[in-house]
Amino acid sequence: MNIKIYSTQTCPYCHMAKDYLKAKNIPFVNVDVATDAQGLEEMRKVSGQMGVPVIVIDNEVIVGFNKPKIDSLISK
Amino acid sequence: MKVYDLIILGGGPAGITAAIYAARKKLDFLVITLDVGGQAAWSGDIENYTGYQFITGPDLALKFQEHMDVFGIAVKNPERAVDVYKEGDLVKIKTDLGEYCAKSAIIATGKRPRPLSVPGESEFKNKGVTYCAICDGPIYKSKDVLVVGGGNSALDAVIALARICPKVHVVNMTESLTADAVMVEAVTVLPNVVVHNDTRVKAIYGEAFVSGVVLKKNGKEEDIKVEGVFIEIGLIPNSNFASRLKANEHNEIIVDCNNNTSLSGIFAAGDVTNVAEKQIIIACGEGAKACLAAASYLVRKKW
Repeated sequence: MNIKIYSTQTCPYCHMAKDYLKAKNIPFVNVDVATDAQGLEEMRKVSGQMGVPVIVIDNEVIVGFNKPKIDSLISK
Repeated sequence: MKVYDLIILGGGPAGITAAIYAARKKLDFLVITLDVGGQAAWSGDIENYTGYQFITGPDLALKFQEHMDVFGIAVKNPERAVDVYKEGDLVKIKTDLGEYCAKSAIIATGKRPRPLSVPGESEFKNKGVTYCAICDGPIYKSKDVLVVGGGNSALDAVIALARICPKVHVVNMTESLTADAVMVEAVTVLPNVVVHNDTRVKAIYGEAFVSGVVLKKNGKEEDIKVEGVFIEIGLIPNSNFASRLKANEHNEIIVDCNNNTSLSGIFAAGDVTNVAEKQIIIACGEGAKACLAAASYLVRKKW
């Protein structure tokens, strides 16, 4: 399973999402879109919007910290 | 259908505090919310919450979450309440995902940013239009942006954005900025800020993302190219779903000093109510009061 989180330092739900995965010992790649312009462009492409966090689990895109959706994808 | 002792709607300071009290009272209860932290999560620096000389909104929200986690509280998140009503002595709650029943309820759904209600706003939400400068500001680094509003929260956003954006436009409906004098002064000296007083936003446009805004000033229209539009024109209560309860002219749910609403067994707390001041610490206190009131209501009813 590949997980990527597009986030910023200042967004509370980004922190909550990352802490949630950390607590479950699930590795992920963090992309700070405030400092990584290429990462921001990538996030705009995959999610079609600019709100953070965007969580990509394999090929599924979740916009926002949606715990039930994350749970259903990581339990697959 | 299962009958809970209590259902708490909302996961901001008021709802979370009510939940902590309910857990300590060992009530059989549930929290239904769209997020944890509420408005506290997108507050900037907090310097008036007792016990913390300084904490940021996101950090305080995390502390709230951790405090709730200690009790293993059942939280339905994200789930949106769409109706609340009484059926005999019981409270029924309809949400976008289901229906619930409880002996009592606390409504602590808080407030949300007031929309501008102009063409393009909802279409470009999160595609250039945002209501949270703290969360989304850094994404607009090196881009020209526009802030709508002239109060303290608008100017807070302007000052933060002016550090990272080449140009920041401020669109203000009134003749002059209404924020505190210190803030207005701080903004006026910034070389890359342009203030448009007595001006309204007529429309927001773009293709996949925002590319500009049409302003109207003295009957004349002006086109401004920006990639980000930050709307900071105040807040409105999340009370539409609770239309069966009495509310004031601002749509705030009316509560008495014990957090009773116009329907017995339904309590309300925090920013969604007509409580005198909207502060994190006041919302917490109101949440605690509402839970204690609900607990004694359950005892009185001999449930």
